[in-house]
Amino acid sequence: MTHVPEGPAESRLEQISRIVIDASSRVPVLLWFTSSVIWLLFGSLAAMISSLKLHHPDFLGGIEWLTFGRIRPVHLDIVFFGWSCMAAIGALLWLQARLCHVRLPWPVLLSGLAMVWNVGVVVGSVAVLAGHGSSIEYLEFPAYCAPFFAIPALGVLAANVKMYLTKSSEHTYVSQWYLLAATVWLPILYVTAMLCTYFGLVQGVSQAITNWWFGHNALGLWVTPIAVATAYYLIPKVTGRPVHSYHLSLLGFWTLAIFYNWAGTHHLTGGPLPAWTITVGVVGSMMMFIPVITVAINHHMTMRGVFSMLKTSPTLRFTVFGSFMYTVASFQGSLEALRSHQEITHFTQYTIGHAHLGLYGFFSMIMFGAMYYIFPRITNNEWSSARLIKVHFWGSALGILSYGIGLCWAGWWQGTMMNNPSIPFLQIVEYIKPYLILRSISGAGMTIAHLAFALSVWRILSRHHFVMSGPTLFTTQRPPWREFVNEQNQREEIAQ
Amino acid sequence: MNRTFLVIVGVFLTIAFSLSGLVLIPNWQFQEHQPVRNARDGSQYPAPYYGLALQGRDVYVDQGCAYCHTQQVRPKGYGADIRRNWGNRRTVARDYMYEYPILLGTMRTGPDLANIGARQPARDWHYLHLYNPQITSAGSVMPRYPYLFRTIKAGEMVPAGAIPLPAAFQSEGTHILPTARGEQLVEYLRAQNRTFPLPEAKQP
Repeated sequence: MTHVPEGPAESRLEQISRIVIDASSRVPVLLWFTSSVIWLLFGSLAAMISSLKLHHPDFLGGIEWLTFGRIRPVHLDIVFFGWSCMAAIGALLWLQARLCHVRLPWPVLLSGLAMVWNVGVVVGSVAVLAGHGSSIEYLEFPAYCAPFFAIPALGVLAANVKMYLTKSSEHTYVSQWYLLAATVWLPILYVTAMLCTYFGLVQGVSQAITNWWFGHNALGLWVTPIAVATAYYLIPKVTGRPVHSYHLSLLGFWTLAIFYNWAGTHHLTGGPLPAWTITVGVVGSMMMFIPVITVAINHHMTMRGVFSMLKTSPTLRFTVFGSFMYTVASFQGSLEALRSHQEITHFTQYTIGHAHLGLYGFFSMIMFGAMYYIFPRITNNEWSSARLIKVHFWGSALGILSYGIGLCWAGWWQGTMMNNPSIPFLQIVEYIKPYLILRSISGAGMTIAHLAFALSVWRILSRHHFVMSGPTLFTTQRPPWREFVNEQNQREEIAQ
Repeated sequence: MNRTFLVIVGVFLTIAFSLSGLVLIPNWQFQEHQPVRNARDGSQYPAPYYGLALQGRDVYVDQGCAYCHTQQVRPKGYGADIRRNWGNRRTVARDYMYEYPILLGTMRTGPDLANIGARQPARDWHYLHLYNPQITSAGSVMPRYPYLFRTIKAGEMVPAGAIPLPAAFQSEGTHILPTARGEQLVEYLRAQNRTFPLPEAKQP
């Protein structure tokens, strides 16, 4: 796939058509994105409460609605359904419209669906806090929340297929395959898992398999393809270089589709299941090396020679960081699936560290990169401050690295000690407490980063009629926001 | 490569295969599970929960106990579950044939509970532990569950059912009794007993 680099060679017609396409996606994409950023803040709050409770159990102690067993699943569900899914849908709608060279269809419907999704997250979160959660990871929201997610997922699928069928571009980019596949997979995954879980379609330990078939695939077949597609779009776009190898990207796509599907049962290693079900999961996980390596080669080779752009472009820095973490987290995940590895790390903080390296270090960082690219194009404004973006990047990057490394280290030794029966259990609890405190500190770094990001988003939205010129790079000097607003207000007064 | 149809059919097939292979076929395979009969008293194992224990499962779910406790014993030689006395044998699929929802768990911030009923049969131990984990397990990071208990003023007389708090945790002239939900949860925990030998998982 080759992207036409932005530059003088580009025809004016193409520029205008891009502006028209961006304008068509403006309202729905803004709604999905802004909602996701708000949920990111709530998710961070729930995360901080859970994390503090884990080393200081009396923090907000004795309050039933905030007990660890409720606030922790609320954190997971808000960051998954609220932040990750909504950010992913915003990115995919915008990307698919651009890649297909068509205007986004049904903007009113897609905006309404964003609000439906929001209602689902609110209702579900309150239900879990009130004690109506199911204790099934990723599927805690009660059955009556399902339509709030299933219907928008089908709507997004329909819009995606419509764009794909009416596309006016001659090429099909590999990003489009990932986006199309993800929107096919999500409704199937979600509806099937909800039916099996809540309507008794499967019994006994099959429920646990269904749980991890969904839980693992929701990450691998829904948010991962969207983030990979986004990186496949943004890296060439910002650097102005074509993707290294088209054939590698095809291989990466189909191997992901075939192998990721089977990997989920490694979450049940050592559990009460026939050995073959686990073996299938281990094999699927090992085969994931193929799509991961192909994506890594493609992204790295595309970046070769232009790594210096990471100094200036916020979009590129977030996206390349995320893409790098995809390789790291996936390698770790494949090795983690091995039985000898699981004997130690299963049931420990190691798994939590790995999950965050994936969903945060990889997926969320790429979504941040995408938002830094897309918000200016749909608001016709620029980011107010390079400093806020720096706070965001370093808070997130250092936060997730210390979080991931700290918890994986702690989890490894936690598991090693747990496998030595001469060490009393409470001694293990004492051993990991300092690392749990480190987790809270890392979490605080990420929360500060999210506040900086939310402030940037609020500014780009709230004053969108004050057009700032030129992209905000890390090297861009902007006047302080207050001065800028005052100046604009004065100008307005004079104009009146 | 305008093969829209191929892509959609292809991605649909990948997920249909994994659903059949991982969920539907094993589920069909498990249909043949039958409980076994205990020759001594004629009872069956596994048996569905009933009464307070059944209600207690809802409390276990709504409090989210499964986020820190597993209910599965790994085989001998794989981890130290059996040597830690968390069970006398590995747990197998048949142990869970009546579990709905199943609460295997994935995290051991606290110990495994597959056989907590066999390890801690005394109600009072559970009440003390839930009221304040520091009483039974100093240094634990488990939260307190004061809302599963009620406080009554009873002067000198100790009311029936009051939990035997150590002096350091008791305030003058008050007694602590479990609420209905507290009783249900404890009966559910006491019902966690997967020690009965099954042909496919004999005691080691």
